Amino acid sequence: MSKERIQISEALYDIMPSDYQDLVKSSTYGKEDRGWKDIGTSKELIEQHSLCAGCPESMAFRYILASLPNPEDTVMVGSTGCTSLVFPMVAVHNIHSLFGNQNAIASGLKRALSVRFPDRIKDVVVLAGDGATVDIGLDMTLQAWFRQEKFTTICFDNELYANTGGQESGLMQKGFVAKMAPVGKLFEKVRLPEIARESGCHYVVNCTVSKPSLVEKVIRNAVHIAREIGPTYLQLYTPCILEIGKNSMEGLQEMRDSEKPTERFAYKEYVSEPAKQLLAELAAKDKERKAAAKQLAGQASA
Amino acid sequence: MAEAKSIIGTQNKKGQTYTDTWKMMNEAPRTPSFYTGSEVIKEAIRRASCDVMIAYPITPQSEAAALIGELFAEGYIGDYFRGESEFAVMSQCAGAAFGGARVFTTTAGPGTMRAMENFPMWAGARLPIQMIVTCRGINSPLSIQPDTLEIAYLLNTGMLVWHAETAQDFFDWILKGYIVSEEPDVHLPLALCCDGFFVTHTKDVVNLTPADMCLPPYDPYRSPVPCMDMECPPVRMMRDPFVMKSNYISYATHASWQQEIWAAVERSRKHSIHWLNGLIDTENTDAEIMIVASGTAVSQGREAIRLLEDEGVRCGLVKVKTLRPWPEEEIREATKNAKHIFVPEFNVTGWLAREIKATIPNHDRVHAGPHVCGGMTMPPEIIVSEIKTALGMKTFSLAGRGS
Repeated sequence: MSKERIQISEALYDIMPSDYQDLVKSSTYGKEDRGWKDIGTSKELIEQHSLCAGCPESMAFRYILASLPNPEDTVMVGSTGCTSLVFPMVAVHNIHSLFGNQNAIASGLKRALSVRFPDRIKDVVVLAGDGATVDIGLDMTLQAWFRQEKFTTICFDNELYANTGGQESGLMQKGFVAKMAPVGKLFEKVRLPEIARESGCHYVVNCTVSKPSLVEKVIRNAVHIAREIGPTYLQLYTPCILEIGKNSMEGLQEMRDSEKPTERFAYKEYVSEPAKQLLAELAAKDKERKAAAKQLAGQASA
Repeated sequence: MAEAKSIIGTQNKKGQTYTDTWKMMNEAPRTPSFYTGSEVIKEAIRRASCDVMIAYPITPQSEAAALIGELFAEGYIGDYFRGESEFAVMSQCAGAAFGGARVFTTTAGPGTMRAMENFPMWAGARLPIQMIVTCRGINSPLSIQPDTLEIAYLLNTGMLVWHAETAQDFFDWILKGYIVSEEPDVHLPLALCCDGFFVTHTKDVVNLTPADMCLPPYDPYRSPVPCMDMECPPVRMMRDPFVMKSNYISYATHASWQQEIWAAVERSRKHSIHWLNGLIDTENTDAEIMIVASGTAVSQGREAIRLLEDEGVRCGLVKVKTLRPWPEEEIREATKNAKHIFVPEFNVTGWLAREIKATIPNHDRVHAGPHVCGGMTMPPEIIVSEIKTALGMKTFSLAGRGS
């Protein structure tokens, strides 16, 4: 899809919702170096959200949607949970079907798009919570990686079932007292990033969403590597401030506290050898493009 | 507007000609071939212009699912792989259909049950996936034998449900099924059921359409809901997600969506009548004794009618081809002269008899039986015996059946 596809017939322009008009006028579909810095100066691909005030998940959504390298040809797959309250307001095609089957949906989707559009790029990005990714959907998460399905899996790790009211999840920390863990969780936080690496993911990152520039970098890397090489996995800490007893304005600090070098969300990254090579090639191309642009700008001003 | 160029008459990469489906099914020459049901599934899919098939082993559909893999290797199908479980496979099928592909899969018994959560989702998302169900037992202790109980669970999913009697039905209905379920005013998944082993593992003469003709490809842009391929504007679906709002608008939205799915099942009626030449087949509807059946119970019923005729008892037959849409009017009309209606079934609960009782006037005419289950065969003699007993005629006891 190109930006032309979303143009409004002139005769109908005034009856279209203003957020759609804005989308046509100033969204960043097709912009080559789109990223988090477009936020505030362009129409974002997420229109409002119905999450709690100050929810870090809403920040994550905004950064991710601003950073997708190819939103005009990206289809996202969600699952049941807080994220499913946001997706209906996202301006890329997205699928919600059942709880936990997101990586199975994405497998079929990516293959169908490859059959139908063999000469075009169609990115598929999964975005689901930790219950969907690690508990009920773990089988399908891992099997998609074993099969080397070419899409990105993003897990919003808030360390519990938020949407159902704060129950224990596999990614919850050991000892945390929650609903369904009345005496504290009895086993360790599941080490999915390590499992992802062993399961064949070519790019694995574990971090928080406190820094938009970092989110932009890992999203771009993950999508490019998935497109060219194989599965990628991002585990992003998006704390549920409600369920851990924080106030609306405390989400950012919670993430900063949790990403200190000794903490569980200290930045961790794994890049496979072919993925390293691809990233180096992309960086070189990027450098070349920027140098050419600079030269062109210099010529224009001379 | 420029006239769209028709794809009919052009060739696919295997050299098959995209052919008008009515001509292909009704006018093209047929070649009699001696095949197992599984091989017949393969031959139908060879001609079905399928984009994606996803497989998983479970008896008795494993052979068919593997044979489709051979078609993929030969280049007849866009993509094919083995999923990790039926639940995952049916979700993978959904993903492929959301992406605009014509999708095929097969399952059976416990696999159908494991995947069940997907089926109302398929219907709700208006995905015209075709799933072959080669019915087998779902009970514990473990059984792999023929038994049609799983069909009962499919009847309220919003899927179209057809029940094939023979391999010939299977061949024709796989191809016709895509045409019906992909109609814009239907656009629903189809569960095409047969009785496992009896149909899948026996050989029969089947008249095949020419192998160099195939169905026109699926056009996902005729779908009543947007195809998820980012080729049309990504409208925001709603301001407020309806998932957990407790208000009238939310309830009304969900209610009308469900009603629309069942309205689409109803709208499939006219297409099914057109393509299947009616939702039921009948014989001797003037008889006072009627057998109403679906699947291979129809074949056994036909044989029972012949045996009864030898004894001077005239008996008629209704073959129910589609369970969803349910041929209510047709069954009422076909049984209006009947004083006794027998419903032989390959399951313990008798779901077909219940459907019929809920459909016709004076339903005390319905004798729910005979039933066999757990893999037992249904010799026509037990149908004869059931009928004669009900009529107060003398009948010989059948060894081992406790009568």
